[in-house]
Amino acid sequence: MVNLNVNIANLQLKNPVLTASGTFGYGEEFSDFIDLNRLGGFIVKGTTLNHREGNPYPRMAETPSGMLNAVGLQNKGVDYFIDNIYPRIKHLDTHVIVNVSGATIDDYVAVCEKLAPLDKINAIEVNISCPNVKQGGMAFGTTCSGAAEVTKAVRRAFPKTLIVKLSPNVTSIADIAKAVEAEGADSVSLINTLLGMAIDVERRRPYLSTVTGGLSGPAVRPVAVRMVWQTAHAVNIPVIGLGGIMNGRDALEFMMAGASAVEVGTANFIDPAITVKIIDEITEYCERHGISDINEIVGII
Amino acid sequence: MKKFILDFEVVENRRLHDLYSLLILSPIGHDLPDIRPGQFVQVAVDNSKTTFLRRPISVNYVDKSDNMLWLLVRKAGDGTSALLQKSPGDTVNLVLPLGNYFKLPANCGKFLLAGGGVGVAPMLYWGKVLRENGFNPEFLLGARSAKDILELEEFEKIGPVHISTEDGSLGEKGLVTLNSALEQTWDMIYCCGPAPMMKAVANVAKKIGTECEVSLENMMACGLGACLCCVENTVKGNVCVCTEGPIFNTRELTW
Repeated sequence: MVNLNVNIANLQLKNPVLTASGTFGYGEEFSDFIDLNRLGGFIVKGTTLNHREGNPYPRMAETPSGMLNAVGLQNKGVDYFIDNIYPRIKHLDTHVIVNVSGATIDDYVAVCEKLAPLDKINAIEVNISCPNVKQGGMAFGTTCSGAAEVTKAVRRAFPKTLIVKLSPNVTSIADIAKAVEAEGADSVSLINTLLGMAIDVERRRPYLSTVTGGLSGPAVRPVAVRMVWQTAHAVNIPVIGLGGIMNGRDALEFMMAGASAVEVGTANFIDPAITVKIIDEITEYCERHGISDINEIVGII
Repeated sequence: MKKFILDFEVVENRRLHDLYSLLILSPIGHDLPDIRPGQFVQVAVDNSKTTFLRRPISVNYVDKSDNMLWLLVRKAGDGTSALLQKSPGDTVNLVLPLGNYFKLPANCGKFLLAGGGVGVAPMLYWGKVLRENGFNPEFLLGARSAKDILELEEFEKIGPVHISTEDGSLGEKGLVTLNSALEQTWDMIYCCGPAPMMKAVANVAKKIGTECEVSLENMMACGLGACLCCVENTVKGNVCVCTEGPIFNTRELTW
């Protein structure tokens, strides 16, 4: 019997497999395919204070071993989430983590204050790294001072586990991680999408309505693994790794680089049952290698 | 409707044309799930190095008694090209059934099912279901040329077929929107095809005071309402074509 339990600060996960925000809806979209209770947890779509329509279509382009997206945080706002979605998912026997976004510090704080009283929400992931919105998002996540400022404010508003999701579109992600750690973040998750662009040469125009978008999928994985490794060596808080995880081996790669848990993102689009397969593959790997506790391999590189 | 991830065996790859194949598929070790007309499937493409995402393909026809699913595939890029290469005995993995569906009319009446190019695909199954429920659908098929009019003999088994070709090689010459069938009165027009064709048919429908439902095919990643990539701007704002659609009454759209 392999112990897959991992801790992200005070948050105890039954296994290290989470889902990445924006790739797993509110969990319900996948309940025909998997038992959601098997997951370590799932991270719901980026939630903002007010309803957002997101960016115009087209928002997606397939690229080599990956895809670009420019959704732009379309969501119905935190009140809609609390009134309509939360009651449908709060009974699940897995962690529901809300990804929080905002255009201003006050927005982030307001969303966190609304989420803090919810019993089922034991953690939030603060998105300071969305590349697809003009205000907020990545604007905060690309400087140490901006990242620190958001973290400091939400730390006061949310007493439970606070994860900060970092942007890879920076010179030194480890420095940003240290800045948010210093302001009380319990964990960092990385990487959000890499800023990218693709052009339809036949039509002579960009594929995305926003011209640029966020690149995800296995194309970004080596970059993500490197950043997780650098960050894990720079901070003392647990790191959550994501970026193009398609199977158990990829997840283990992130864990050996220093991630205590992982998020599965784009792979959910291709195989809606991939998360439970990854849990099974991690278990099988541990059995094959005589590993009794998954934590033994975290950060061995 | 419960969704499944299932492996299907390719029973037949009927090459209709350079650009089109009819793939006849049968689920391996499983009964065909309930599938309604207008719904689509997400097909995994495992034989193309450059294809990462699944490809959304309309359900062309369902034969529950034979446990067969028909997909009409048009070669559009690397992914669909690879699907055209599938041989009998090959396996393809599908996520299905996806999206909303055409709803049976409350009253009998005159119903026109218009399809352009590969957009004829959903109209065959929809026509069959209408017919089985006592309705008498008629079809309007449009394409560039006679060779691009797909599955004509199948449509003719179900109901009268009006045809328009741009070069006049079959049926009336010109675009489907100029077909004399659109001078008649209809209780509902259902339409699937390239966006300019659907917009034109929707305009004609509006002019003649007929309700019109269209099937959209926006680019999508997941097909499950998770990625929010395939949105269409509607009177309710941006909605996912994969879950709120692909069928929309044109009154809901901002065309």
